[in-house]
Amino acid sequence: MSLQRFVIKRSLITIPLLLGISLLTFGMVHAIPGDPIDFITLFTELDPQTEMEIRAEYGLDQPVYIQYIDWVTSAATGDFGRSIITRDPVINEIMERLPYTLVMGIMAFGVTLATAIPTGVIAAYYRNTKIDQASRVFALLGIAIPNFLLGLLLLLIFASWLDLFPILPPTSKGILSYDMLVYTLLPAITIGTGSTALLMRLMRSSMVEELDKDYVRTARAKGLPERTVVRKHVLRNSLISVVTVAAIQVAFIISGSVVVEIVFSYPGIGRLLVDRVGNRDFPVIQAIVLLIGVAVILANFVADVLYAYLDPRIRY
Amino acid sequence: MAMLEVEDLNVRFYTDDGVVKATNDLSYRIEAGERFGVVGESGAGKSVTSLALMRLIDEPGVIESGEIRFKGQNILEMDEEEMRELRGNEIAMIFQDAGTALNPSYTVGEQISEAIRYHIGLDEEAARERAIETLESVGIPSAAERYSDYPHEFSGGMQQRVVIAIALSCDPDLIIADEPTTALDVTIEAQILELLEEVATEFDTAIQLITHDLGVVAEFCDRVMVMYAGHPVEMAPVEDVYYDPQHPYTVGLMSSIPRIGDERDRLQTIPGRMPDLIEMPPGCNFHPRCPYAEESCTRMEPQLVDVETGEPADPINSDAQSAACLAHTGELTGELDYEVTVRGEDDPVGSGDAASSAGVSDR
Repeated sequence: MSLQRFVIKRSLITIPLLLGISLLTFGMVHAIPGDPIDFITLFTELDPQTEMEIRAEYGLDQPVYIQYIDWVTSAATGDFGRSIITRDPVINEIMERLPYTLVMGIMAFGVTLATAIPTGVIAAYYRNTKIDQASRVFALLGIAIPNFLLGLLLLLIFASWLDLFPILPPTSKGILSYDMLVYTLLPAITIGTGSTALLMRLMRSSMVEELDKDYVRTARAKGLPERTVVRKHVLRNSLISVVTVAAIQVAFIISGSVVVEIVFSYPGIGRLLVDRVGNRDFPVIQAIVLLIGVAVILANFVADVLYAYLDPRIRY
Repeated sequence: MAMLEVEDLNVRFYTDDGVVKATNDLSYRIEAGERFGVVGESGAGKSVTSLALMRLIDEPGVIESGEIRFKGQNILEMDEEEMRELRGNEIAMIFQDAGTALNPSYTVGEQISEAIRYHIGLDEEAARERAIETLESVGIPSAAERYSDYPHEFSGGMQQRVVIAIALSCDPDLIIADEPTTALDVTIEAQILELLEEVATEFDTAIQLITHDLGVVAEFCDRVMVMYAGHPVEMAPVEDVYYDPQHPYTVGLMSSIPRIGDERDRLQTIPGRMPDLIEMPPGCNFHPRCPYAEESCTRMEPQLVDVETGEPADPINSDAQSAACLAHTGELTGELDYEVTVRGEDDPVGSGDAASSAGVSDR
């Protein structure tokens, strides 16, 4: 009951957040130096009459706030206009690339959680032993290594030397083909490594803290098996702080995908974004940046709800 | 054979600074249904003793030697599986601070019924019913509704009742209550003690009550053990300790209790503090703080002796008042010349010279 109310309240807060994101996105794209007209016409000299017509076609002759309102209202219906470069509807271009990035991101997040939580638990339970030290070294390396370098190393080792993966993604087979899914593991691991390292250490420290609490002694004094004490009592409380940070990692995974997609020549929206930034294809840029913002807001929303679910004291 | 017999228990903590001798050759017993008080300042080894009974002493602590016999079986020789059968089922524990002793993210009902499911093997529904009954028996109003509330939705006194309900849920034979009322205010303290007394009588449960409050012991216990620096300095039925304390430390503890009608301006305290358990003073551990200490106290370590006969005490088989002070073995030149005054309801009714066991009338 109270959880339900919390969810409703919390989802209302996302409305102003979404509006703010759209305003920022629009503002940033329009603050980029360079007139979009030049890119539309490929820097050819135009007579004022034609220029006016082109401006009118893209709505560029309107005051900025009118442009914003037009953009937001049509964006709300999924219409982001047409690309300046390809003249295709922006939404089609994005929908074509989005599944790739989504699959890669979900895989990265899955790999992160599936490795970070168990290894963090083990490191905490065997704290200050060799196991714990090994995990600490791995974590330091994982946090320190830049995405693009790790990506190149993985390509070098697994694709070039060991020949386990192709160097280029088998894009023609489609995202849900077996070959493509297997290939996607490489960029997914590349993006997820930093988050894995961070979450693992966080899981460890949070768990160490919880293991020292009085309720753990109460649970042991009830005669519960150690397995139950750790999995039921300690894990749930330790996860509370991990969940929040894991949600923020979603943002890192999304932003990481931009660089990693280029390293792996991966056909996702990150690469699309970089391509179009060079061409001032502002309708596409706006749409992708907005999409990323929305994804981060949603991730935070999910985190807050999970947080409230895990910790009954949170529901206000 | 008593229900619980502790014999020569030695618990050590191996820290970086040295070996902490938390209990030294500790022996005592608790009979079925008995209420046994363990009193002492913080650091006297009271909590360590109770955790040792549950075998829940954490690193770097170890139970180095001794025996803990529960119903004749030495629990120090049990494997982990057998020990778990005992914990929460036959020996249960009530912890000091209920606010932290409960898991904040599970309902109180779940925290009670999980032990019931595990030990008694009831299914979800039956365990729930039994948990609600237990909640009722510890005086939680509308227990069925409160079953699904979380600990933070309870007041401190109610949380302590929940902790007691957890301990009672599997009908244990021995409850170890580690300062169950320290975190509560005085009116709630009285309620909780009354409740403990009620349930102990109703379920015929023995209780080992750990406290630093002699007043609580006086109200609640049958026998009492006064601990200092990891070993007992006095052990006796509660009346004897009250009317006729035989160890200077016990006297010191008693004189620091304020009583109504007290004419003292300031509370008397025992000067100094508990010795470093890593490097204990030679001879009697209490001599640096003892007003009656003589030269011999710095050399000879007093044993727990029967105060009547001066023979070594047998804390496992005898009830006789015993104390660990050289005065009782005739090795002191002076006397323990303190006065014990016990006041009745309205007036001081008697006083006596404790060292010579002079008569003291009732309270």
